[in-house]
Amino acid sequence: MRNAWLVPGIPFFSFLIVGLFIRPLSEKAAGWVATAALFVSAFFAYSIAWDYFSHFGIGHEGPALVPWAFEWLRYQDHLTATIGTLIDPISILLMVVVTTVSALVHLYSIGYMAGDDGYGRYFTFLNLFSFSMLGLVVAPNIVQMFVCWELVGVSSFLLIGYYYRKPSAVAAGKKAFIVTRFADLGFLIGILILGYFGIEAFPHIGAKIQQEMAGLSSIPIQAIDFAFINHPATAHYILTTAGTVLGLSTLAVACILIFMGCAGKSAMFPLHIWLPDAMEGPTPVSALIHAATMVVAGVYLVARLFPSFAAAGTPLDVVAFIGTFTCAFAAIIACTQDDIKRVLAFSTLSQLGYMMLALGVATAVSPLGHTASMFHLFTHAFFKALLFLAAGALIHGVHSNEIWDMGGLRKKLPVTHLTFLAATLAIAGVPPLSGFFSKDEILRAAVENHHPIVFGVALFVAGLTAFYMFRIYFISFWGDARSEKAEHAHEAPAVMLIPLIALALLAIFAGFVPMGEYLGTSHGGHHGIHWNIAIPATLAGLIGIALSAFMYTGTRERYVAVARALGGMYTVVKNKFYVDEVYLFVTKNIIFHYIARPIAWFDRHIVDGAINLYAWLTGALGRGLKPLQTGQVQTYSAWWISGAVFFIILLWMKLS
Amino acid sequence: MSYSLTDIFGVLPELILVVTAITAILVDVASKGKDSSATMLVTAVGFIVSGIAAISGVGTIGVLMNGAVFQDGFTTAFRAIFCLIGFLTAIFSPAYLHFRNIRLGEYYPLLTMSVLGMMVMVGAANLLLFFIGLETMSISLYILVSLNRTNSKSIEAGMKYLVMGAFSSAFMLYGIALMFAVVGSINYNDITNYFLADPTLGPLTIAAVALLLTGFSFKIAVVPFQFWSVDVYEGAPATVTAFMSTGPKAAAFVVFIRVFGIALHPVASHWTLLLSWIAILTMVFGNVAALRQTNIKRMLAYSSIAHAGYLLVGIVAGNHAAFAATGYYLAAYALMNLGAFAAVIIVNQRHGTDGSYRFDALKGLGFAHPLLGISLTIFMLSLIGLPPTAGFLGKLYVFSAAIETGHIVLAVAGLLNSIIATYYYLRVIVLMYMAKPEGDTTIPRPLPYAITLIVLSVLILLIGVFPEPVISLMIAVAP
Repeated sequence: MRNAWLVPGIPFFSFLIVGLFIRPLSEKAAGWVATAALFVSAFFAYSIAWDYFSHFGIGHEGPALVPWAFEWLRYQDHLTATIGTLIDPISILLMVVVTTVSALVHLYSIGYMAGDDGYGRYFTFLNLFSFSMLGLVVAPNIVQMFVCWELVGVSSFLLIGYYYRKPSAVAAGKKAFIVTRFADLGFLIGILILGYFGIEAFPHIGAKIQQEMAGLSSIPIQAIDFAFINHPATAHYILTTAGTVLGLSTLAVACILIFMGCAGKSAMFPLHIWLPDAMEGPTPVSALIHAATMVVAGVYLVARLFPSFAAAGTPLDVVAFIGTFTCAFAAIIACTQDDIKRVLAFSTLSQLGYMMLALGVATAVSPLGHTASMFHLFTHAFFKALLFLAAGALIHGVHSNEIWDMGGLRKKLPVTHLTFLAATLAIAGVPPLSGFFSKDEILRAAVENHHPIVFGVALFVAGLTAFYMFRIYFISFWGDARSEKAEHAHEAPAVMLIPLIALALLAIFAGFVPMGEYLGTSHGGHHGIHWNIAIPATLAGLIGIALSAFMYTGTRERYVAVARALGGMYTVVKNKFYVDEVYLFVTKNIIFHYIARPIAWFDRHIVDGAINLYAWLTGALGRGLKPLQTGQVQTYSAWWISGAVFFIILLWMKLS
Repeated sequence: MSYSLTDIFGVLPELILVVTAITAILVDVASKGKDSSATMLVTAVGFIVSGIAAISGVGTIGVLMNGAVFQDGFTTAFRAIFCLIGFLTAIFSPAYLHFRNIRLGEYYPLLTMSVLGMMVMVGAANLLLFFIGLETMSISLYILVSLNRTNSKSIEAGMKYLVMGAFSSAFMLYGIALMFAVVGSINYNDITNYFLADPTLGPLTIAAVALLLTGFSFKIAVVPFQFWSVDVYEGAPATVTAFMSTGPKAAAFVVFIRVFGIALHPVASHWTLLLSWIAILTMVFGNVAALRQTNIKRMLAYSSIAHAGYLLVGIVAGNHAAFAATGYYLAAYALMNLGAFAAVIIVNQRHGTDGSYRFDALKGLGFAHPLLGISLTIFMLSLIGLPPTAGFLGKLYVFSAAIETGHIVLAVAGLLNSIIATYYYLRVIVLMYMAKPEGDTTIPRPLPYAITLIVLSVLILLIGVFPEPVISLMIAVAP
């Protein structure tokens, strides 16, 4: 396990080598080297998982190890930012998911991006992203987490704006960056609050925690390490000494601020607006970054800080509320969108909502929701990546994102069709595919922790998910070809089909992994099917599929009639509840006009004026100093003597 | 007095340099002045061996030679840094000397002797030994500065340096004599103990402190004793300037820390304010004067004055952390300034320019010569003090030490000055990347320069991103 650093390390070195040396020589080699690096990294991730679970066994909560770390920046005692690798069940889970999906997406991209301008640049960024994401996953402290958090943000920005000659792609990149940066402001303030009280608490409880941690970490624990922040004694200290803000405990405020960062990265309402636009990036990027890995970073961080969230109480209610709302909100919008990637994007939002609400309903004594959330993260990564990659194969074949340009593709793209169907069944929660099991766990968590409303909404959305997913499935694969291009569509090359098949197998079978056993949070609860929940959930899914089949396999009149019957409501949903327009109105008419403009005036006249004055003064001083440099030793000596005399006088004056 | 084997091993790096210098002279004689590459090789190897000897001495702490030499981490660290400076100067000199048509074998032995002087200075535990080291270093430098015998500017620079240097030595020596008269000893430790017992200053002590301060102010080139440095830096062969602005300056600063920061610390309240003012005036003078230069060498000379101002802040702050910060800054500064000069020297050999170090020679070089462009950019960013370079952390450590000890004004002055400095450093980058190249952009690309540029820029980024080992070392070894 000492080699854990290789998992993020290999993509990092590959990023440097590919970016600096291979890319200029051969674009083609760049793709293969970058891909190979991820496969090697995945191999190490698997071997770490194997080592860990064969060493510590399963069925109980495994320890959090820091087998490798070094001091990076020392601020003061107990406040040193380290760089290291944290190995515990959830970081292993994420390492496995990220390396697997990333490796397959790299492989797929070799085919998908072939012949594109900037092929080497693409793979360089993809490596950078993989490194950053893995660095985030293994972060043992909140500073490394934040640094990598921003690095994934940058890689996402670079890849969304990959087609930088296309104005909409550039705008989408900027939008994603600005929205998430805004959210990260909350995250940063949250970190500062935790760090401040952590360093205050350290002298009281640090020694005790250090003793408990003995042997687990290779270097002494710091106040910003997760092991310290999450310790019950730390939460207790902050809760009892730090007072309250607006009726909330300081710990709760810090957690809610950190959750703001999570909501930005995981695109929770109302910060979700960047994710649908992010689909401007190449499709494999959407699969990797905006479906399977980066967007789950927010869920992961909440899971990582779960003990603190649970100790503070209120933040989990916020998480549950936002998660449930986003889950339903996005699913409703997904029913009306026509761009296949946008439907998948809203579907991602909805599924992330599931993960968040599962965390929100969990408590310290009954952490079933925590397990369920991680389980859903695990299965979702595979079937959603598959959906995107299959959609990529469709787009590759039809050269259009619009589902109405497709149709009848099941015969022309048989492999894509079958894999897409597998993923669609998985996300719809049809047993025994993977999505069924993880959704079942989430619903069970909501019931067992007495959240009937959350359960009701989640059940409804399960049906809705099946409906909108089969909607795009029927429209693109069934019926007749609706465009010239769809008639001449062709299957993708093998290098793209292999990842599709691999992911399809994972999407089908990943549900059989006894996640509760690995995470050690099952508390004796047997991993299995709970018929009282599974039957209604499956029924909801089947109703959704049936409804979808009724509406979209028949004639066009049927759904047009339904849309007309819904009238204004349909238009509102189709326009995504006008959230983007509200943002635009607020930023343009209120912020720009009443806040930004006065600030701009102040900046242009007062601040710039002061700077110009400063520059003018320095310039004038320079002109004044120039004659002093005469080049004559006599002048210099005169200055010298006066200086020496001056020294003596000053020293003397101090004396008297 | 008796010397043991420990004493001999303690000064092994110095002894190796003595042997190197003598060997280099003999090799040069043997080559009959035709080809000095063998001499260069001997010198470079000497620096490497001496550097290894210095590093292997890490960890041994004590005094040697009956209390005349400090055997501490600061000595060790700076011996190693001086060897690195000497080594890099030696390997990038031949191409320059060839370009300038200077075919003198004594260049290398003089360089070695000068580094030897620097080592003696930083190790010295009493004022007299320090003075001997200072003279060894200075006299070698006088000759090195005027080595370009056919160039009147070089001769003039050497002459000026000699006259002003003699002036400074006289002041310094008089100060030492008066200090001896007051304290009755020239050992740093005795001086500390004397003033600890009686921190009042009599007229004689004031004169001693003032004269010593004058001498140091000359060596580190601060206001109002800085005028010589610009003329000398401009007139001297560029490799010598690169060397002078890094090594001897660092050596003088280390001794300054030992004498004023430690030995005279009990009476610090008398000279702190004075030194603060010198620091501020020096920064302002250096930066403001650098703004209007059209000659890169002069610009770097003024920038070097400004940096002496920043470094003084660390000495004024005056605690352990501040000295460690100053040590880090000195190391970082040596790397970036040496790099900047190395890059400028190579730029100046661009075809079609007259070798007069005008800014115009930089135009459009960034894209034509990626290695040169990137490394010079790194050096400039580091001199400005932007992350993730070593220069940023050096400033950060020094200024935060100043804030911690309550010298807020100094920190603010340092920051304001850094803003001014941005202007002239950025101009270099702007000219390289944003100006259209004029005429022929081919420049020679000798291997030693490539090595120097790569080594220095990698080191600057490395200790800028991972400062922990260096700053920990400095905290551990600072007096």
